[in-house]
Amino acid sequence: MDYIQQQFAQIFGTEWGSMLFSLTTNLVLIFAIVIPLLLGVAYLTFAERKIIAYMQARVGPNRVTFFGIPWLRGWGQPIADAVKAIMKEIVIPTGANKVLFILAPILTIMPALAAWAVIPFSPEMVLSDINAGLLYILAMTSMGIYGIIIAGWASNSKYAFLGAMRSAAQVVSYELAMGFALVCVLMMSQSLNLGDIVKGQQGDSFLNWYLIPLFPMFLVYLISGIAETNRAPFDVAEGESEIVAGFHVDYSGMAFTVFFLAEYSNMILVAALTSILFLGGWLPPIDVAPFTLIPGFIWLLLKIAFILFFFLWFRATFPRYRYDQIMRLGWKIFIPITLVWIVLLGLIMQLPESIRDNFPLTIWF
Amino acid sequence: MNFQDLIFYSFSAILIASALGVITVRNPVYSALLLVVAFVSCAGLWLLLEAEFLAIALVLVYVGAVMVLFLFVVMMLDINLDQLREGFWKWFPFGALVALVLVGEISMVLMGRYFGLEEMPEPSAQGADYNNTRELGRLIYTEYVYPFELAAVLLLVAMVAAIALTLRHREDKKSLDPSKQVQVKKQDRIRIVAMPSEKKE
Repeated sequence: MDYIQQQFAQIFGTEWGSMLFSLTTNLVLIFAIVIPLLLGVAYLTFAERKIIAYMQARVGPNRVTFFGIPWLRGWGQPIADAVKAIMKEIVIPTGANKVLFILAPILTIMPALAAWAVIPFSPEMVLSDINAGLLYILAMTSMGIYGIIIAGWASNSKYAFLGAMRSAAQVVSYELAMGFALVCVLMMSQSLNLGDIVKGQQGDSFLNWYLIPLFPMFLVYLISGIAETNRAPFDVAEGESEIVAGFHVDYSGMAFTVFFLAEYSNMILVAALTSILFLGGWLPPIDVAPFTLIPGFIWLLLKIAFILFFFLWFRATFPRYRYDQIMRLGWKIFIPITLVWIVLLGLIMQLPESIRDNFPLTIWF
Repeated sequence: MNFQDLIFYSFSAILIASALGVITVRNPVYSALLLVVAFVSCAGLWLLLEAEFLAIALVLVYVGAVMVLFLFVVMMLDINLDQLREGFWKWFPFGALVALVLVGEISMVLMGRYFGLEEMPEPSAQGADYNNTRELGRLIYTEYVYPFELAAVLLLVAMVAAIALTLRHREDKKSLDPSKQVQVKKQDRIRIVAMPSEKKE
C-alpha cells in the first residue's frame, strides 16, 4: 500500500498524489461493496422465485445450470436472465421525453447503491464512518423516489403516470413513520453513527438488542420498509392487474433491469438496516464460544438473509392492499404508534435512577 | 489550486448554472428538477464547510420531501406555454419593481458591515471527534429554545390553516370504516338455503 502511495506522490506531486490515491482506494472499496451487492441482487431474484415456488407447491427455475452439472440446475437462471436483458433492445416511445426517460433508471439505482457507503459490515469494515450515518441513509433513500416519478412522467403514458403518482404518495407517507421509528433507535443509542448504534446493543445475549425494547418500532420499520421499496403487499405502484406494470410499463431491456436492480438492492438495504438497528448488526446472538468464533459480517449476512426471507414470505402470503388502506395504515396507525412510543421512551429515559432501578430496564438504558 | 478547490469550484459552477436554469428553462418540470440539482450541489458546498448535519438535512427535507411534492403538482398541471407568456410586457414593470426591491434588500444585507470578508472569522477545521449534530442539538434546545419553539408553533399554525382552507365536508362522500368491515360475520352477508336435490326421472 505504502509503495503505491509513494508512486502516486511521485507521479502527481504530494498534494494531488495523496488525493488521487485516496480516490483510487475508495473506488476499489466501492467496487468491493457494489459487485457482491449486485451478485446478491441476482441471487435474491433466484431465491425469490424458488422460495415462492416451493410455498406454492411448484419447483421454480430448474433448467439453467453451469457446465452441465446436474445438481446446480436453476442456479444459472439469474445469469441467463441478465444476459437476456443486456441483449434486448431499449425501446424509447415516440412521445417520451428522451433525456428524462434515460435519466430515470440512473436516478433510481444511484441512491440505492450510494446508501451502502455507511453500512458497517463489522467494527472495522465500513467504507465511510460518518457521524450522521443514519441521516445520510434517510436522505439517500428519500432520493430514490425521483427515478420513479420521472420515469412515470417521461414515459408519456397514463398507466406509467398513475403508477408514479401512487408510488410518490406512498413513499412520502411511509417515510414519516420510518423516520419516527429511527428516532426511537437514535434516542436509545444517543448516536447517529451506525457503528455506534450496533455497539450500543452489545451485551451478553440478544436480549440487549433494540429489538426487545423497541419491538413495535421494529414492526413499523419493517412494514414501512416493505412499503418504501414498493414490494408486495404494497406494490400498487406496479399493480400488474390494474395498471399493467406501473411506472416502468414502457421500459424494456437493460433500462427495465436497472429498475429491478434498484428495487432489489433497496430490499437488501432495508434488510441490512433492520439487522443493524434492531438485530444487533455484526453481534452474535449469544456472546459465548461457538458463536463468537464466527466473524461479524457472517452474522450480519445471516440476519440480512433472515429479514429478506420475510420479504419473500409476505409476497407469497398476503393479497395486495387497497390504496386507501395503505394510506390509512401509514398515516392513521403507524404515525400515532411511533409518536406515542417516542414520548414513552423519552419519559423512561428521564426517570430518576432510583425509580428506574426498580424495573428490569438497566440493560437497555 | 488543490483538490478541495477543484470540488468547490465544480459544485459552485453546477449550482449557479442550475439556479439560472430554474428561472430560464421553459418546461416547468425541468425547472423543478434543476432546482433539485441546485439543492444537491448546495449540500455539497455545505459538506465542504464541515456542516454535515445541515447538508444532509437540506437533502432530506428539500430534495426528499418538498421537491417531490412540487414535482408531483407540476407534473399534473396541464400547462399551456403560450397562455403563460401572454401579458408578459403588461406585467413587466411590476415584476421589474419587485426584482429591484429584492436586489436592494439583498445588497443591503450583503454590503452591511457584518458581511465583509474581514468581519467574518476564518472557519477553523474541527477535530475528528467533533459532532456537528450534537452541537446543533445542544444549541437549539438550550440557547435558542424559545425561537425554536416559536418557529415550530408558527409552522403548526400554517399547517392547520392550510388544512382548514382545503377541508370540505361533503354530504355525498362514501367512506369505509375498516373496523366495521372486519367485524362482519358470515350470518350478516350470506343465507344458506337448504334445497332438496333433484330426483332423476
